[in-house]
Amino acid sequence: MIKHSIAVAAIAGLALSATAANARDQIRIVGSSTVFPFSTAVAEQFGKTTDFKTPVVESTGSGGGMKLFCSGVGVGHPDITNASRRIKSSEFEKCTKAGITITEVKIGYDGIVLANSKASNALSLTKKQIFQALAKKVPVNGELVDNPYKMWNEIDPSLPAKKIEVLGPPPTSGTRDAFVELAMEGGAKTFESLAAMRKSDKKAFTAVAHGIREDGAYVEAGENDNLIIQKLEANPNAVGIFGFSFLDQNADKIQGSTVDGAVPTFENIASGDYGVSRSLFFYVKKEHVGVVPGIAEFVSEFTNEGTWGDDGYLLDKGLIPLPAADRKAMRASSTGMAPLSM
Amino acid sequence: MTETSASAAPIQRPDLSGARLKRRYAAEARFRLYGLIAVFAAIGTLVLLLTSIISNGYTAFAQHHIALEVTFDEAEIDPTGEREYNVLRRANYQGIARASLRGSFPDVTERRAKRALVGLMSGSADQTLRDIVLANPDVIGTTQTVWVKASDDLDSFMKGHISRDVPESDRRIKDRDIGWIDQLIADERIESQFNTTFFTAGDSREPEQAGIWGATVGSFLMLFVTLVLSFPIGVLSAIYLEEFAPKNRWTDLIEVNINNLAAVPSIVFGLLGLAVFLNFFGLPRSAPLVGGMVLALMTLPTIIIAARAALKAVPPSIREAALGVGASKLQAVTHHVLPLAMPGILTGTILGAAQALGETAPLLMIGMVAFIVDIPGGFTDSATALPVQIYLWADSPERAFVEKTSAAIMVLLAFLVVMNAVAVLLRKRFERRW
Repeated sequence: MIKHSIAVAAIAGLALSATAANARDQIRIVGSSTVFPFSTAVAEQFGKTTDFKTPVVESTGSGGGMKLFCSGVGVGHPDITNASRRIKSSEFEKCTKAGITITEVKIGYDGIVLANSKASNALSLTKKQIFQALAKKVPVNGELVDNPYKMWNEIDPSLPAKKIEVLGPPPTSGTRDAFVELAMEGGAKTFESLAAMRKSDKKAFTAVAHGIREDGAYVEAGENDNLIIQKLEANPNAVGIFGFSFLDQNADKIQGSTVDGAVPTFENIASGDYGVSRSLFFYVKKEHVGVVPGIAEFVSEFTNEGTWGDDGYLLDKGLIPLPAADRKAMRASSTGMAPLSM
Repeated sequence: MTETSASAAPIQRPDLSGARLKRRYAAEARFRLYGLIAVFAAIGTLVLLLTSIISNGYTAFAQHHIALEVTFDEAEIDPTGEREYNVLRRANYQGIARASLRGSFPDVTERRAKRALVGLMSGSADQTLRDIVLANPDVIGTTQTVWVKASDDLDSFMKGHISRDVPESDRRIKDRDIGWIDQLIADERIESQFNTTFFTAGDSREPEQAGIWGATVGSFLMLFVTLVLSFPIGVLSAIYLEEFAPKNRWTDLIEVNINNLAAVPSIVFGLLGLAVFLNFFGLPRSAPLVGGMVLALMTLPTIIIAARAALKAVPPSIREAALGVGASKLQAVTHHVLPLAMPGILTGTILGAAQALGETAPLLMIGMVAFIVDIPGGFTDSATALPVQIYLWADSPERAFVEKTSAAIMVLLAFLVVMNAVAVLLRKRFERRW
């Protein structure tokens, strides 16, 4: 028993010493699961090539990361947050209220692909067809009705006579947000009735354009993109939605569908020809620069040509780089810790 | 009236007809068959699970290496010639490794092709060379054959995970790469070696450099905190509740609550940990200390319940005999009841610890699901745990992480099997039955 009480005392002492130790010598990064593969690669390289400790990167999702990031200044809060979308004005206000000055760094693009197994034919889709296949309510003969389409060829005879079966991310995912905004909204706009609605009643339009059907044709397959790929392999009729890097790594098993005539390739996404792509960001807390060692150096490593440039190692991880001029401007503003204003 | 009704009741006779007997035997045979089917279904699933994990993962224990003829040029590594540690450490080993590989393929001159060529080699080649020089500075000025790790793509190709037969555009190893690889194979410069990195390194974004040691250390630091906290608290609560507490409504209420706690989903403990340990006490995120405290909360009910059952199993005659010869209640418990109950208590504790070892959900909330390269050196360093490592790898796009995932599962399963075996052994060796 005496031994035990000593151990308990030791643990209690340890806990106290931890609270007392306020300094932190390790960068903490939170945020998007899409940016996670890139952020971790830079963190690892940074840890190897400098004398700083390797930053700790957590994958919390873009929204979750912003929440943690904007909760305050001080070593208890993260220094950098990753986001697969731009910071929202509400989040910016929250940050400002907490006394945080933010530096925004845009790191590149990520394509969202619709892919299916190589065992069946590649699909050629338009945003309009994507909307018709996946929306909860679609206009038929000028009227909004519950989505009646069960088969792809009911939407357009050129599409295969197969059941609509799409595996995609859940609502908590940034990929889902971006997909809905880029593909679904883009498709909805092509209907005259909905385009008119967008002008008259923006809220109602967003509700229609962002509403994904819940009758079983769209299956929420979780955040794990590898799992979606395994399911696509097992079921040649299904279509999956995920980030471009997973298509890039598994090109022997699955193929990307063309969207509005553009094949999801590295070049098409970089040039903007492939329409379903979004920008990736990370945000730095300026107040922590100089308090937590290495933040400025980390930003410099991330925005180095050897990292995010046309030959950089992030390319191997599937990042689609910014154009060279944008990279230069972004490096100048981010290493100078230019504050973001909205 | 009573007489007539009594005589009208039919007399129950056993039905000894052959048909009924047959039916009863058949029913019994069917029941046995169902039982057997159930057992085989369970075993079949287990075998399926294990074979799929092992067949996916066994290749991760080997790693292909490429032999390089490395010239450790003094002008390149240590221009001053003073063999100063910091100079040696910072030399451009990446360049040396690349130059050496390019030297074997002098006809590769185009820039992209050169890039692809050095891509066959792991990005850790520079570390390999640095370690050699730092361990023995005398190699400077000589030429040595050094085995460096192959890249994950080359490794997957050699292991047959990437097939030559699919069209070139669909595989990450191109025809040009295969030509180089075939030449290396012909020169006997590719070799499969035991993958020690897997057991000694922390996490990495490069599959060939990734290891489970960081996660293993994190897991055991956490488990230590869990046991140090939950074992004494759990055993003391059990002893008090079982031996000293009066039986009244309050103790009943406590007992019901403990039983309920054992069934609370583990994520709830994670949320509690976030609210109390991180936000209120301000303990560091991602620390094994906090992880261990959260898991201790989770294992406490298991230990209390197991310990109470073990104490209850000690016959009252032991206590009475001790009290009868003049021992105090405390002496009766600590000298006689507790030692006899210990094997049962330890078994329960080990099973609780095994459960804690496999837990990820509560760790998500306290920031332990994170990419952490450095091996944790203490209870407040950032760390992750084995099941978390499995989850992170399963979610990585690189194909070579598939085998790492399965291999990490095997390691975790091995730990769990050992812990359960110890529990069984303790029970078999020391448990007394009355």
